[in-house]
Amino acid sequence: MKKQLIAFSTALTTLSSAYAVELSGSVGIEGRAFLNRHQFDGQKNGSGFSATINPEFFHEFKNGKDSIAFEPFLRLDPQDSDREHVDVRELKWLHVADDWELSAGVDKVFWGVTESNHLVDIINQTDAVESPDQEDKLGQPMIQYGMFKDWGTVRAFVMPYFRERTYVSSEGRLRGGVPVDTDNAVYESGLEERHPDFALRYEHTFGDWDVGVAHFSGTSREARLVADTNAGGQNVLIPHYDLIDQTSVDVQLTTESVLWKLEAFSRSGQGERFTAAVGGLEYTFYGVMDSTTDVGFLAEYHLDDRSTSKAPGTIFDDDIFFATRIAWNDVDDSELLAGILFDREEKNRSFSVEYEQRIGNNWEVTAEGRFFAGFGGAGDVALTDEDYLQLTLTRYF
Amino acid sequence: MQRKLMTITAGVSALFVASTTFAKTAEEVLTSGSTPEEQGLAIAKEADIRDEGYGDSTVNLVMTLRNASGNESTRKLRTQTLEILDTALGDKSLNVFDEPRDVKGTGFLTFSKILDPDDQWMYLPALKRVKRISSKNKSGPFMGSEFALEDISSQEVNKYTYKYLRTEPCPTDTSLNCFVSERYPAYKYSGYTKQVGWIDTNEFRLHQTEFYDRKGDLLKTLKQLDYKQYLNQYWRADKFEMVNHQTGKSTSLSYDNYKFRVGLKDGDFTKANLKRQR
Repeated sequence: MKKQLIAFSTALTTLSSAYAVELSGSVGIEGRAFLNRHQFDGQKNGSGFSATINPEFFHEFKNGKDSIAFEPFLRLDPQDSDREHVDVRELKWLHVADDWELSAGVDKVFWGVTESNHLVDIINQTDAVESPDQEDKLGQPMIQYGMFKDWGTVRAFVMPYFRERTYVSSEGRLRGGVPVDTDNAVYESGLEERHPDFALRYEHTFGDWDVGVAHFSGTSREARLVADTNAGGQNVLIPHYDLIDQTSVDVQLTTESVLWKLEAFSRSGQGERFTAAVGGLEYTFYGVMDSTTDVGFLAEYHLDDRSTSKAPGTIFDDDIFFATRIAWNDVDDSELLAGILFDREEKNRSFSVEYEQRIGNNWEVTAEGRFFAGFGGAGDVALTDEDYLQLTLTRYF
Repeated sequence: MQRKLMTITAGVSALFVASTTFAKTAEEVLTSGSTPEEQGLAIAKEADIRDEGYGDSTVNLVMTLRNASGNESTRKLRTQTLEILDTALGDKSLNVFDEPRDVKGTGFLTFSKILDPDDQWMYLPALKRVKRISSKNKSGPFMGSEFALEDISSQEVNKYTYKYLRTEPCPTDTSLNCFVSERYPAYKYSGYTKQVGWIDTNEFRLHQTEFYDRKGDLLKTLKQLDYKQYLNQYWRADKFEMVNHQTGKSTSLSYDNYKFRVGLKDGDFTKANLKRQR
């Protein structure tokens, strides 16, 4: 699959100018340095370089109503054979009409308003190997219909194919003591990854309020990791994907200085019906001390009352998040984001710092540090000695 | 701005309205007010009426930033604007960036208000996320440039109070005469204590604006140059040059390919359409 995707993308790049295809995207080099030795058998040190190639091809038809977009993604990673992967992030045809639109293919859809955890963002599967912040997503095959009225927007989704979550291999860092066996996932549905999943969403802006209500029915994107042994007798975790029904809400109230945010869902199909929520605010001081720098403060609180045995594990069960965002508003759009997430009961803490800026017209540099403490308990991820620094250089075109 | 509800739909009717029937002359405008404050307001209202009825517009914009040493940096974006005829509201706009390439596809959807913060949404293409942002701060630099959001937002009459000072030759074109007026932002979070504007007596176009900061010192001067007329009525400057006297930095805006009445509607200024931009 990787070779075909690379060949196809290269061909498309060379042909793009002849066929009025717009080409853009990026290539990047990422260097990671882990501050401690790896803990578990089979792991490599993990420090080293990886590279990404992420072009985007876009063609709009002359009628102005139809378009096709294609976005492949490749990460080459000598440190972990499972972190090295290829994906189609987007491959979709879109038709736009006056008050409706229809798209078919692979796409990415984002739902949500909070920053520390995208709780209700269920449509796409998480590309978990990319980063501990879990912000990267795998492309989702779907047919999407959207209807735009004065009273709101309604979107319906039919998803005919399920993407399994990516996990690092036994060679990889940022994992628990027992590696995940991604080759032997178990599905509740007999149709496995071909079980059709459905979702429906209503959203609207009411003055200062942006509100969304949604329902999802299908295979859970979160996996329950169940201890087992593989053919070789080693301990592994097997991902189990259950069928769930989830109803969610996401709300943002935008006032002059503060953004108030809330996401919540109620889910059935994994033990007793449970609820999860994250809420908080973002306050920004503009032009501090007569400069052009903005300083923002974020605070969010997480609650989740799921069964610890019958539902997938989560770290966001009773957690507080604080962060600050500094934007210099300079020519290079320099920005710093520093945040801490801590569990009130378990006392584990994750701290991250991220700085980014543009260099010249086409380059961007990002420096990142993630530090973990107090993750000693039995669980699927033991992160305490997984602190790392990362430097990424990206060239945009 | 006091906009009258118009039922004009076709370009023909607007051509009919242009310059002869409704427009006042410079003399009529000055004599319509008895105090400098009333005269200043009358000038601003006439300038606003002259631009009424354009309907919608699209334009390409190149923004060139220069620091004190002369180093340059460029931004390219496309702007769509929809004229809103409701008297209590400003225009709707959709801005999408083409360059620098790391912000390509980043978009801003704005529903302008007069004295309240605008409703504004931002689209982040990497996450495919629409985020509603607070627009209380209109005085910070827009994309690192010398233009603040309040400098480039739709200029509505009720955003200021006025005072007419004098008439003199226009600084950017001495063949024309300009009304010189002070204006004071009514928006409570404005970054300026006052502005001084030069509006020509012929066509009521804004040629130069001086901006005074919160301490009352001269901060920036904006010149609007190379005016062209569209649809026989509407004037748009091809070049905006903003110089910051305190830092020595400057920013130029170069507008290209202005189009009017392309058929934009409310449905083009939605979160759904913001997400579709490339």
